[in-house]
Amino acid sequence: MTPDDLAARLDHVGYLPDQGVATAAFLAWRMRRPLLCEGEPGTGKTSLALALARALELPLIRLQCHEGIDAAQALYDWDFPRQLLHLRALEAAGPVDVERAEASLYTRRFLLARPLLRALEEAPCVLLVDEVDRADDEFEAFLLEVLGEHAVTIPELGVVRAETPPLVVLTSNRTRELHDALKRRCLYHWLEHPDLAREIAIVRRRLPGVGERLAEQVASTVRRLRTLDLIKPPGVAETLDWAEALLTLGMTTLDPPAAAATLGAVLKYREDVRRALSAGVLDVPPGSTIGG
Amino acid sequence: MTDAGPLTGLVGFADALRRAGVACGAERVGAFVAAVEVLGVGGPDRVYWAGRVALCAEPDDLARYDAVFAAWFGGRPAPPAVRRGVSASALAALGGEVAGTGRSQVLAVAASDVEVLRRKDIASLSAAERAHLRELLAVLRPVPPVRRSRRRRPARRGEVDPRRTFRAWLAAGEPVRPKHRRRSVRPRKVVLLVDVSGSMKPYADALLRFAHVVARRMPVEVFTVGTRLTRVTRELRWRDPEQALAAAARAVPDFEGGTRLGEALRAFLDGWGRRGAARRAVVVVCSDGWERGDPALLGEQAARLRRLAHRVLWVNPHVGRGGYAPVQSGIAVVLPHVDRLLAGHSLETLALLLEEVGRA
Repeated sequence: MTPDDLAARLDHVGYLPDQGVATAAFLAWRMRRPLLCEGEPGTGKTSLALALARALELPLIRLQCHEGIDAAQALYDWDFPRQLLHLRALEAAGPVDVERAEASLYTRRFLLARPLLRALEEAPCVLLVDEVDRADDEFEAFLLEVLGEHAVTIPELGVVRAETPPLVVLTSNRTRELHDALKRRCLYHWLEHPDLAREIAIVRRRLPGVGERLAEQVASTVRRLRTLDLIKPPGVAETLDWAEALLTLGMTTLDPPAAAATLGAVLKYREDVRRALSAGVLDVPPGSTIGG
Repeated sequence: MTDAGPLTGLVGFADALRRAGVACGAERVGAFVAAVEVLGVGGPDRVYWAGRVALCAEPDDLARYDAVFAAWFGGRPAPPAVRRGVSASALAALGGEVAGTGRSQVLAVAASDVEVLRRKDIASLSAAERAHLRELLAVLRPVPPVRRSRRRRPARRGEVDPRRTFRAWLAAGEPVRPKHRRRSVRPRKVVLLVDVSGSMKPYADALLRFAHVVARRMPVEVFTVGTRLTRVTRELRWRDPEQALAAAARAVPDFEGGTRLGEALRAFLDGWGRRGAARRAVVVVCSDGWERGDPALLGEQAARLRRLAHRVLWVNPHVGRGGYAPVQSGIAVVLPHVDRLLAGHSLETLALLLEEVGRA
């Protein structure tokens, strides 16, 4: 398998990668290293992981990071209520041998596997650690340990080790700087907005009902919006939302009234809407040729 | 990859990259060589992408990487190490010695002199007084502001903690008194934006030293603003203040330049603030508000900042002077979007600022 094969497979499941994305993902997979993806919101960091899982026909396990996330939410937890019920049931059945009762409590069936443990148990799989920058930095150190060893020690049970390490994709929005130690373990890829031709292809692939002309107009208008000085430049997700909104209204071309009516699908700030309108991006429908 | 030829070339390339300022250590270089091996040295494209994912670690690296790649594989020698901006001497010209010549001067100062120094305008200090001020700055003890965390900690009262309660029941074998938990507190983020333009020249050095002291005690992001925005958090991580200040001076290209506060503030909000650095943070802007750019833009950005941040404190050294009125175009437009306007022209007012930050 080569990067081009992986690109073809990703293409097949509806994710159209450029050469950089395909090579980065390929290397992460073959070198068994986590892939750290950064980029503007809406450039397809998360959807890359989803597409990789489908392209490689592996299960996807997702760990959504948030502030205050800890081992009990990311790795494993004991199911205390069930353990308690189990103990009650044992007592009700008759005299209990304390040692054996305790041993029966700390077994796999009372262990709640959270995403990281599940990824180790179910590997090979794709593990998406989403928005890792939202977690506290203490969590990074802990994550590093799991990602580095592909194993975790549960004191009551023993070591859980992945035979084949999972393909790990980390995404970050750069709300804070990640620790160098974490970055050092990872391959790094910065995702850009796709070029015009690719964005049109993405729209047509995801929304087969959208005609060539509408896809072109939407994609090139979004491109022009990105060059304006907006608070939140639209990503590919917004392009798709917009095209879908227009499709739902039964439009086949983008005319100014329809654009103005559906602008809320692309621009989410009042200031941005005002700026787009005053820059006249929507007044003249963009030409039907690519690059227009 | 037993052949020495390509390997030497790859390692040499990584070395050139390092000289250009991309922090690629041995581990990254190892990954790079392994990546090229996996892809095969098929063409420049493959080597390019192998290096880009293995050797770079942040967006700032990418432009340097592209430049060095073009130079190296285009057959031209690598450019000399990129040094942006001014030398350390520029900072010395700002009023503080960069190397610690002032350190050796032992000053026997009576308590009353300390009191005088505490209140004296930093702009009017003599060289000896400046050296003493640096020592006094170093003993400030900032206390970070706090916020409630999402995380709950065991507590004596508060909501019932089912996990710990069940666990206690399990250990005891029978119901026991319920355990409780409560939300804990965490340090709140602090962001310092320090104006280093010409009009702030007498204060920039002291303010950066102040930032260094704060950065050693609490989670804080420090940026300088002038004609552009520069992040100096990394530079201020040096433990030694002289080293930290020298590193910051090297990083900042626009010392004593003009002020385009509005644009710099927008760069901060777009690149950092909106992504999270300013969200729920205490943002301290140290500037006299002499704006050369468009005041309307500054007002718009100040309003954005106010919406993102928990508190916005504006420190203007001129506020401390008698007869000050906020009439400069810049200050006038930001005032409606600022929680507090503070002085910060002397050690005493800087200590007051710290208290204000701690309370925020």
